[in-house]
Formats: sequence, structure tokens, C-alpha cells
Amino acid sequence: MIAEFRLFPESASSISSQVDHLFFYLVAVTGFFVLLIFVLILYFAIRYRRTRAGTCPPVASSNRLELTWTVIPLMLALTMFFWGARLYVRMFDPPADAMDVYVIGRQWMWKIQHPEGRREINELHVPLGRPVKLIMSSQDVIHSFYVPAFRIKHDVIPGRYSVLWFEATKLGTFDLFCAEYCGTNHSRMTGKVVVMPPADYEAWLAGTVPDESPARAGAELFRSLGCATCHGQQAPTLAGLYNRQVQLADGSTVLADTNYLRESIMDSTAKIVAGFAPVMPSYRGQLSEEQLIQLIEYIKSLQDAEQAPVHRPAIQTEPRPSRRLP
Amino acid sequence: MSVMPYTAELHSHETYLNRSYTLRSWLLTKDHKRIAILYMGSITLFFVLGGFAALLMRINLLVPAGFMAPDLYNKLFTMHGVIMVFFFLVPSVPVTAGNFVIPLMIGARDLAFPRLNLASWYIFVAGFLVTACALVAGGVDTGWTFYAPFSTGYSNTFVFLTVLGIFISGFSSILTGLNFIVTVHTMRAPGLTWFRLPLFIWSLYATSIILVLATPVLAITLVMVAFERVTGVGIFNPALGGDPVLFQHLFWFYSHPAVYIMILPGMGVVSEIVACFSRHCVFGYKFVAFASLAIALLGFLVWGHHMFVAGESIYAALVFSFLSYLVAIPSAIKVFNWTATLYQGSIRLDTPMLYALGFIGLFTMGGVTGLFVAALGVDVHVHDTYFIVAHFHYIMVGSMVMGYLGAIHYWWPKMTGKMYPEWWGRFSAFTIFMGFHLTFFPQFVLGYLGMPRRYATYDPQFQILNVLSTAGASILGVGYVLPLCYLLWSFKYGSDAGPNPWGATGLEWQTPSPPPTHNFERTPVVTQGAYAYHEMEPAGA
Repeated sequence: MIAEFRLFPESASSISSQVDHLFFYLVAVTGFFVLLIFVLILYFAIRYRRTRAGTCPPVASSNRLELTWTVIPLMLALTMFFWGARLYVRMFDPPADAMDVYVIGRQWMWKIQHPEGRREINELHVPLGRPVKLIMSSQDVIHSFYVPAFRIKHDVIPGRYSVLWFEATKLGTFDLFCAEYCGTNHSRMTGKVVVMPPADYEAWLAGTVPDESPARAGAELFRSLGCATCHGQQAPTLAGLYNRQVQLADGSTVLADTNYLRESIMDSTAKIVAGFAPVMPSYRGQLSEEQLIQLIEYIKSLQDAEQAPVHRPAIQTEPRPSRRLP
Repeated sequence: MSVMPYTAELHSHETYLNRSYTLRSWLLTKDHKRIAILYMGSITLFFVLGGFAALLMRINLLVPAGFMAPDLYNKLFTMHGVIMVFFFLVPSVPVTAGNFVIPLMIGARDLAFPRLNLASWYIFVAGFLVTACALVAGGVDTGWTFYAPFSTGYSNTFVFLTVLGIFISGFSSILTGLNFIVTVHTMRAPGLTWFRLPLFIWSLYATSIILVLATPVLAITLVMVAFERVTGVGIFNPALGGDPVLFQHLFWFYSHPAVYIMILPGMGVVSEIVACFSRHCVFGYKFVAFASLAIALLGFLVWGHHMFVAGESIYAALVFSFLSYLVAIPSAIKVFNWTATLYQGSIRLDTPMLYALGFIGLFTMGGVTGLFVAALGVDVHVHDTYFIVAHFHYIMVGSMVMGYLGAIHYWWPKMTGKMYPEWWGRFSAFTIFMGFHLTFFPQFVLGYLGMPRRYATYDPQFQILNVLSTAGASILGVGYVLPLCYLLWSFKYGSDAGPNPWGATGLEWQTPSPPPTHNFERTPVVTQGAYAYHEMEPAGA
């Protein structure tokens, strides 16, 4: 099979054409200067080539010229900085209504689970035109989740969650690469992102044999690990905890996001909630990355439980698990 | 520049080369010129080894499925990176041209600490031998970046030996830097004030500051990698309670300044050559001199631009992006000043000049693509792709090897007393320039298309550009082998160069070629600044 030969990548996300616009700006500005330097050097080398022995007029320096070629490049560099920075902030600020998908990297595959339960390996199915937020962690070494057609990438790091979001704007199948060297089969840690019409995505999610949702599996784990014996009594209640500010014993506050929940489970004494004793054992080494995600999804699901939390989260998160597409 | 013309008889004088021919006289020499030759021999060998690894990699990438097992490919790119960065590019110009001409340029008898100079060569070779043991024993597959926790907990190769070798050779860098700093401060000839110094000295001075300040951080980082790997104490591996991003901060705190260790000496070489072959003082001498120092200092503050998608905070990324744009400015200033130096000059395009102009061309391309990767929004897409590979090869290989070869061609008549065949010199400079573009320009396109780096196999859509790149690499390889051949040939058969074949200013040209062991008959006295070409007698055209 002869692969399609391209010189420029497909553009398939809400951010990708914006990246390309900045790229073209950079090509134009730097292309001008490269051409200027090349032409000047060639011209001078020919115009002032040594034809006779002789001395040339002394040159020392010109502050006006030096200032010119300091200030103009600096101004242009600043436009590049601000443009790039604005784009970057947008890239890493997921919209509040984005749907969460969990990604676990391991040597050498991508394991993906949707909150409704559907799991997949080396494939990610997403609906068209809907922001998708990836919550990613690694089971072993550092990987990097990269979809060139979406112009997005972020390292997938063991021991913490990193977040990446995108909104696909084109139906089709796009390459997924691991971009951080991770050992023997790094170059084979690839996959596909399949962008589907929303209705097809719903049908795909339902699947033929629906997997158990991570939140339900997390509830089971929560029982079997005995978490319920303390949480709610001598330990903080978990209802409505997710995305809420938590008052700590040292007087500071922290946002109860996925990384906080992860740390509280794996390294339970790292941040002590005000008014409670540090009695919780650490679960480091006892939970797989998937079990960790199940527990976190369970805690997130307690948002809408009957025992409505006293403080609603400042940022309204989407209701779960009763998500519906428009 | 100086007032003392050369008068000694050309053929009868005792030189540092013919003084003694015994092996012992070479291995125990304290003469900076002989140590430079020892270094030149060693790093040439290392360059050939590293280049051979690159050649095998390019062959593997001819077909999408590759010819070799991925493990072998991974070991090859690690070997290529480790050897080229730590055992060729970091030492390259300072230990060869720097060692040879710094004392000559400032009118000194030797470096400040001749024994230390010899010791640093032995340490350097010892470091290489330890790393070579790891390569012979079975290689290492972490990449030259040794990212944790892969390097500390997952790789089953010879990581410990490799980092030990790099750790040892680091001391050689520190000692060389220290030696240069003390020499420039204390051993300048009478009348040779700071602003009369050749710009090559300024750039090596700036390089030495980085060598002394940054290398210890690399040493500490590598010790921590070895410690975690051997004892299992968690520093970087989160499974042991460590932080893998911490490793990257420490590693790039050395390795970004290391880029400037590699490029600043090349900039110094270009300043010398451009001035000499256009018979002009370097335009904006003080701006070029201070630009070197500005690069050395700002270079310490931009390490985070290697980590825009590695988990540093958005605010850190914004600051590092901003500072990265600032560090681009002094480099731009240098390029503009070199170009302005040509204006109204009396230009000859001899071999060293072709290398210097090639340096400016490749450096400009490498520099402006640095503006792409400093732009946060674009870096997210091109980070860890072939765009990065192309960008840093334009700087570190394209321009820096051009700079190194420029230095060798410029000072070869001084080092050996012989001229090389000029036609072959020009031909090789042209071949390298063309071969380089053909090898690495397609990689910019590959990178923006999304081909990640360090891939032993790849998607078939990338094949055509990879084949182009490999074709370019074969031309580039020929270009690199040519100078090795004709320079060695000229050492035996070349015509006599005389003390100053280029009609250059600078004290190193006012002593015989090759110089006597003691460099100067009498300590020269300097009465004017470097590059006083307009006051010189017209040079033979």
C-alpha cells in the first residue's frame, strides 16, 4: 500500500487551525529575515570580493544600527511570545462542560476508559464537536499523548494526572502517537482517534456488552477496602468533595481536584484536613492505576447523591453519570 | 597589532612538533599546543564513532518497518547522542583550537595551569573509556537525556557505567573552564586590555563560565540517577516516592546552558574568520563581545522551555517562553554584526571563510526555528518530533561542526606549518553545506507533520521525507570524511605555510608556524585593538 504523501498535516480540531496560523506567521517573519541575511551575505561577498590588494575604510560601530537590529527583532519576538502564550493558555484550559475520558499509558499501549464504562486499547472514540477532557496517568515510565491532527500533546507521567483537552471538528480516523521515549517498543505505542457523529458515538458507547462503569466499580472497591468505616465519621465525608475548596490543618486551602484525590489516597498524610487526625493508611502500591481511577470516579459521583453536600462546588461540574448528548 | 615582526629562520627553528618524537614526550607533555593535538586526535575518533551510529540509524529509517530490532536502534541513538554531545560537541572547539591559540592570542607562554590541562585530557579519556565499556558490554537505551523513571527503574541496560563515564568527563570540562578563566585574567600580554582581546577569547571566556557553573549540576543529577538505580532510594521514581519532573529540571539546568557551551566557541571562531577574510574590524565589537556574556547568563534561565508539555505549571511555561525570546536577541545581534562586517570589506572566499559563512547560514536557520519552539502554542505540537531534531541539529551539528572545521582550517597552517589543498577545502565546505540542508530540512517538514523522534519504525506516510534525509546524510558523510583525508595528507605533503598565510592580525600569527615550544621569543607588547586590518600593509591577493 502506498501511503498518502503529505507536506502538511491534517487539521481536525478546534485549536489546530489556530496553531497553523501562528506557524504561518512565524514562517513569514523568520523567512523574511533568513532571506535578508542570505541575500546580503551573497551580495556583499560578490560586490566586495577582493580584486586588488588594498585596504578598506575602517569601520567601528554604529549605535543607531545596533539599536535598530536589537529593538525590531525584540518587538517581533514579543508578538510571537504573546500569540504563543495566548494559544497555550487556551490549550490547557478545558471548558467546564468537557466530557472526561481516562487514559492510562503503559509500556507499550494506551488504555482508555469512558465514564460510562466502555474500555478500549490504542483507540479513542470521541463525538464530533464536543470538548473532550483527557485525564491521563502512567503505570510505569513517562509517555506522551500526541495527536498531530489536533496539534495537541502532553506528557503522561506516573504518579500524577495530567490533563489535555480537544474538540474534534472533522469526522475520521487520526493518528495517536507516544511522543516521549519509553523503551523498546516506543515507536509501536501508537493508536487511532476515531471521531464519530454524536449519535453514532452514543450507540458505540452502549456497545454490545457494556462494561461496568468505573464509578460503580469504585463503589465496590470503596466497600471492600473498608473506606466507609471511617469516611463520614472520624474521617471527612466525601459527598460533594470533588472540585470543592478544602480547609487544611495548616491553615491553607486546596482544591479537591483529581490530583488531590490521588495524593490523598496514595500519600494520605501529605495534606491533613482541618479538624481530623492523620489516621488514614497509605494505599501506595496496593491499588492499580485503574482502581485508582475507579475510586476517584466514585468520589466524583457522590456529587449528586441524596445526601446533598453542604457546599456546592464553586465550579459547576456536569451531572454524572446521567450525561446526555444534545 | 604587536610591534615585533617575525624574523627567525623558517626551516631551522625548533618547534613544539619537532622538539621530540617519543611517545613519552607526547603523553607527559605540559605544552598546551601538544595537548590540543592530543584532544584533536581523541575527539576526531569520537566523532567518527558517533557519526557511524548516525549512519546506521539513517539506514534503518529508509523503510517504515526498519531493518534492525528496535532495541538496537534505541541503543544506537543513545550512543550517537552521548558521544556527540558529551565527547565531541562540548569539548570540540575549546579543547582544540582554544587550547592551542588562547596562549598564543594573548601573548602567553602557556595556560595558567599546564599540569591541570594535561590532567583534564586524561580525565576526559578515562571518562570516555568508562562509557565505552558500557557500549561494548551491550549498550544503553535511555537516550542521552536519561529521563527518569525509565533510566532509574526500567531500563535493563548499562546505565550506571554510562553515567559514570559522563560524570568523570565532566571534571575535565570544569578544569578546562577554570584554566581558561584564570589564563585570560592573569596572563594577557602587556597592553592587551579586555577590549583589545580578540572576540574568540571573549566567547571562550563566556563558555568557560558556563562550563564551571553548569557542569556540577549535571554531575549531581547523574549521581542521583545512579544512586536511585543502585540503592532503590526514591528521588525521581514516583513508585518510590520521587518526582520524575524534578529530574528534567535538574537535567536541563545543565543541558540547556550546554547548548551555549557548544555554540559560543563557534561564534568566536566566526568573528575571527569574518574579520580576517573581509579585512575589517568586526562591526560592533563591543556588542558582539557583550552578546557572548549575555547569552552565557540568560542561557541559565531558559531550561524550562524543554518542559512545556512535561508537566510544569502554565505560569512557569509563560516565564520560560518569555526568557527564551530574550536569549534569541543577542544571537540575532551577532548575525547582523557579522553581516555588517562584510559591508565594504575586501572579501576573499577561502576555505575558512566558506566554513564561517556556512556557519552563519546554518546558525540563522537553526536560530529562527528556535523562535518556533519557543512559541508555546506551536511547541505543544512540534515538541518531541523531528522538528526539534532538525532545529537542534542545525545549531549543534550544522553550525557548530562548520565552526569547528572553520577553526581547524583557519589555524591548521599555524598548528602544522602546512597548507592544505585549497580546492578540496572549498569543495568539502560546499558539500557539507548542501548535504546538511538535504539531511535536515526534510526533518522540519516531518516534524510538523507529526513524526515523533526516537522512532525505530514509523508510519508509511513519512517514508519519502525519510529517504530524502538519508540521501542527504550520505552526502554529508562524504563532506565530513574529506577534510580528514586532505588534512592528514597536507600534514606530510602540504606546502609550507609561513607564519601568517592569511595576512591576519592577532599575536598568534606573529610567531613562526608551527610555533616554538615557548611560543614567543620575547613577550609581545600590544598597542592597539584586535582586527586593525585597515592599518596593515595590504595582504597579498
